[in-house]
Amino acid sequence: MAKLEELQDLVVQTRRDILRMVHNVNSGHPGGSLGCTEFLVALYNEVMELKDEFDMDGKDEDLFFLSNGHISPVFYSVLARKGYFPIEELGTFRLIDSRLQGHPTTHEGLPGVRVASGSLGQGMSVAIGAAQAKKLNGDKHLVFSLHGDGELQEGQNWEAIMYAAGKKVDNLISTVDRNGQQIDGPTKEVLPMGNLKAKFEAFGWDVVEVEQGNDLKSVIKGLQEAKSRTGKGKPVCIMLDTMMGNGVDFMMHTHAWHGKAPNDEQLENALSQNPVTLGDY
Amino acid sequence: MKKYIDQGKNDTRSGYGAAMTELGRTNPNVVALCADLVASLKIQPFIDENPDRFFQTGIAEANMMGIAAGLTIGGKIPFASTFANFATGRVYDQIRQSIAYSDKNVKICASHAGITLGEDGATHQILEDIGLMKMLPGMTVINPCDYNQTKAATLAIAEYEGPVYLRFGRPKVANFTPENQKFEIGKALMLNEGTDVTIVATGHLVWEALIAAEKLEEQGVSAEVINIHTIKPLDEEAVLKSVKKTGCIVTCEEHNYLGGLGESIARVLANQHPTPQEFIATQDTFGESGTPEQLMEKYGLNNKAIVEAVLKVMKRK
Repeated sequence: MAKLEELQDLVVQTRRDILRMVHNVNSGHPGGSLGCTEFLVALYNEVMELKDEFDMDGKDEDLFFLSNGHISPVFYSVLARKGYFPIEELGTFRLIDSRLQGHPTTHEGLPGVRVASGSLGQGMSVAIGAAQAKKLNGDKHLVFSLHGDGELQEGQNWEAIMYAAGKKVDNLISTVDRNGQQIDGPTKEVLPMGNLKAKFEAFGWDVVEVEQGNDLKSVIKGLQEAKSRTGKGKPVCIMLDTMMGNGVDFMMHTHAWHGKAPNDEQLENALSQNPVTLGDY
Repeated sequence: MKKYIDQGKNDTRSGYGAAMTELGRTNPNVVALCADLVASLKIQPFIDENPDRFFQTGIAEANMMGIAAGLTIGGKIPFASTFANFATGRVYDQIRQSIAYSDKNVKICASHAGITLGEDGATHQILEDIGLMKMLPGMTVINPCDYNQTKAATLAIAEYEGPVYLRFGRPKVANFTPENQKFEIGKALMLNEGTDVTIVATGHLVWEALIAAEKLEEQGVSAEVINIHTIKPLDEEAVLKSVKKTGCIVTCEEHNYLGGLGESIARVLANQHPTPQEFIATQDTFGESGTPEQLMEKYGLNNKAIVEAVLKVMKRK
């Protein structure tokens, strides 16, 4: 197990990557990326069993699918720092001819990405398919997926949620980033979704709640708890309470930074709150 | 002209089902998905023999397309099947992002395409699916003409790596192509050589084109008939070679003239060899209830309409 301090350093460095990436092209989605940094750092560096080399089929390893593809900055940073591609490539984010497209894609052959996402609501279905392929292949590894809470307004999710429970896809752990925010405002104002935990449970899922979704220790504990509940006939959901814009004071407690990049001054301020740990790309 | 014999009417969807049964026995990576239309898609034998390799999604086509995309990760070859309307328009963005843009080896197998679905009416008769699918980069679009060819096409696409839209239909139609034929994706088939006019047809309209050619022969018109089972990638050479000989063309399809085979051919001709062309296709309209024969007559999709179009286009040479 990696030391918690090492993972925390990685979290801070990932935040810097996110901020610098979106600042460089004056576009992208820092808010949700910062909110899910602890989760993705923990998932890739502490929880998932991964092979050294990337291949599309991903047999004999755990798989992850990012459904809310707009938080690509955090995904790319975590992948690069895990060794899937050179960290220098983070500097090409959203630039012409880059493999780091605005939203993740397989089309440019970027290692670590197994499906395009960005148009919301599709990732859970894909994760289910991959989980069922694992069962057919006798592969005991798990499939993870991540979804925005606002994203659950897309109806396809509920087809997938119903299916995964009905067909006992119990090698799947789907996490909902419950930050309560979406582009047009707080989810409870845009479209109140009621009790998401109760909804998943009513559909037949086993739900683990992580109230401190930006605390590495809590996130790891929640993920391990979720893993322990797999293989028991039910798909597992993690309700992850996060703070959009976490780690940058002026980006927290607001949906304003969902899809907006900081200017030069704001970047400097944000980076000063997250001093270099492992070195910038 | 070359004589084609109907070996006994059968539905193209049964050709799909028969091929799936065969693939179930010969290719362990082939898996099937269906959204509550197993009997219509004729895949019960596949399911009986390979229950673990079948995924019933219920009435949830968007989820089915996503699951199909996911199943390819791990090496499966998913055949996702439902009615053409629900296999395309209803799930266009799922196909676009999770399958086409993601380069997934999914076979979208669509029955009950076109107006010959009949009595169910326009809600189920999609006449826009070829256009929707051919516009997706990397998507192969195939519309075989009879039972034997649908079976051969289904077997062929299992061997091909990449997303495919395979379109077939509901009614029993003439089965006139060879049993156990070799199916070559993207290769047009010359059915009858002629000199006065080129008739290219796809799907159910191929048989009608052959009948039209016979009638035309009686009137002294020599019609070349080409079966274009693969709309994308299009066999441009076959079309160009033929029109350079005949000087005019009629394109025939059970689809809207917007977005169909005819438009694909018009593009090729406009670019390389401008040629008078008439379109046998629906004229930017929805369908309606009726028997397949009544609808083909009303919407101008039968051999009679093809003969009229040929006589018209020949005057434009």
